Amino acid sequence: MVDLTTKIGTLTLKNPVLTASGTFGYGEEYVDFVDLNRLGGICVKGTTLHPREGNPYPRMAETPAGMLNAVGLQNKGVDYFIHSIYPRLTQYKTTFIVNVSGSTIDDYVETAEKINAVETIPAIELNISCPNVKQGGMTFGVDPQAASEVVREVRKVYNKTLIVKLSPNVTDIALIAKTVTNEGADALSLINTLLGMAIDAETQRPLLSTITGGLSGPCIKPIALRMVWQVAKAVDIPIIGMGGIMKSTDAIEFLLAGASAIEVGTANFIDPAISIKILEGIESYLEKHHYSSVKDIIGTLKT
Amino acid sequence: MQKKISDWVITEKMMLNPTHFLLKFRSSDPLPILQPGQFVQLKIDENPSVFLRRTFSIHYFDLAKQEIWILVQIVGEGTSTLSHYPVGKSVNVIYPLGNSFSMPLAQQKNLLLVGGGVGIAPLLFLGSTLKQHGFSPAFLIGAKDKHHLLEIDEFEKLGQVYITTEDGSVGEKGFVTDHSVLKQSFDHIYSCGPTPMMKAIAAYASSHSIACEVSLENKMACGIGACLCCVTETHQGNTCVCVDGPVFNANELVW
Repeated sequence: MVDLTTKIGTLTLKNPVLTASGTFGYGEEYVDFVDLNRLGGICVKGTTLHPREGNPYPRMAETPAGMLNAVGLQNKGVDYFIHSIYPRLTQYKTTFIVNVSGSTIDDYVETAEKINAVETIPAIELNISCPNVKQGGMTFGVDPQAASEVVREVRKVYNKTLIVKLSPNVTDIALIAKTVTNEGADALSLINTLLGMAIDAETQRPLLSTITGGLSGPCIKPIALRMVWQVAKAVDIPIIGMGGIMKSTDAIEFLLAGASAIEVGTANFIDPAISIKILEGIESYLEKHHYSSVKDIIGTLKT
Repeated sequence: MQKKISDWVITEKMMLNPTHFLLKFRSSDPLPILQPGQFVQLKIDENPSVFLRRTFSIHYFDLAKQEIWILVQIVGEGTSTLSHYPVGKSVNVIYPLGNSFSMPLAQQKNLLLVGGGVGIAPLLFLGSTLKQHGFSPAFLIGAKDKHHLLEIDEFEKLGQVYITTEDGSVGEKGFVTDHSVLKQSFDHIYSCGPTPMMKAIAAYASSHSIACEVSLENKMACGIGACLCCVTETHQGNTCVCVDGPVFNANELVW
């Protein structure tokens, strides 16, 4: 029996497979395909202080080995989440992590404070990297000073596990990683989507209503792996790795590069049962290579 | 209805014209009773430039034969690859997805199903279901020209078929909204096709106080209400076409 548990700060996950925010709804959407109780965790849809309608259609474009999205954080707001969605989720024996986003520092702080008050939610993933909102989002994640300020203010009101989700749209991700670590982040998750765009040559128009959007899928995996590797060398807090994980070997590569857990994102759209297959694949890999614990391979890349 | 992932085998393939074809499938698992308006997502593996699943409404469903038909227009890499799939090939499918058309009230006798282009696809399944429920649906079908009229013989088995073509090669010349049959009175209209056509039909229905349901074809990623990519604007805000649709009351939508 392999020990699959992994630690993200003081939080222990039953296994290293989480589902990524924005790709798995609130988990409920997937119950016909996945036993949610088997997942290490679920990062729920990006949640903001006030309800948001998101961006106009079209919000999605397929690209080679991936897709662009410009959903724009459509959600019903943190109060609706706490009172009308979360009570239904408590029946599942997995760790729910709330992805928190905002337009201003006050938005982040107030939202985090409200989630902090929900006793059974052990962690938030502070999304300072959403590329699809006009104000806030990624603007915090690409500027070390803004990033440190938002993390510092949230840290003052949020006393559980604070995971900061980093943007890849920077020159030096290790610098941002160090900055937010110094402000008290307990863990880092990376990468969010890469800013991209797609054009229809026939109509000579962009394929997204917002012109640019966030690129995800296997096309971004090499970049994500490189960034996890760089960040793992730069900081000593746990990393949750993601970006184009489609199969268990992809997940194992992230663990070897230094991630203590991984998030499965876009792959859920192609195979809604993929998260469990990835979990089973990690377990078989560990058994085959005679490891007793998943912790034995974290950050053990041979160079 | 519980959603499933299954493998379906292609039992028959018919090219209807150079850009449209019909696929008939048999499921490896027993099929539940499917509803008209619902759709399926097919995984297309052979082409590396096809990443997401492809979405198709159920064109026809035969519970006794355990057979499902889909109607495909070749528009890009995904549908082009699918057009080369041979009979006997197994295809991974997620189904059944989405809501369905509603059945009319017993007193709503005059039913018109209006389709344009490949948008006629769900109307065959709807028409056959209406007929099974004792209704007599009529069909108003529009196409560019006679070569783009699809499945007319199948519709004729179910009820009266009215046709418009843009070049006048068959039926009345013009768009469906120009057809003389619209001078008759109807109790319920169902429509699927290009957005301008559905918009015009919705406006016609609204001005004549006729109940009208439309089926939308927005591009989707997940198909199960998780990614929020396929939204349409309704009077209640942005709404997922995949789970709250594809069928909407025409007056719920912001046209």
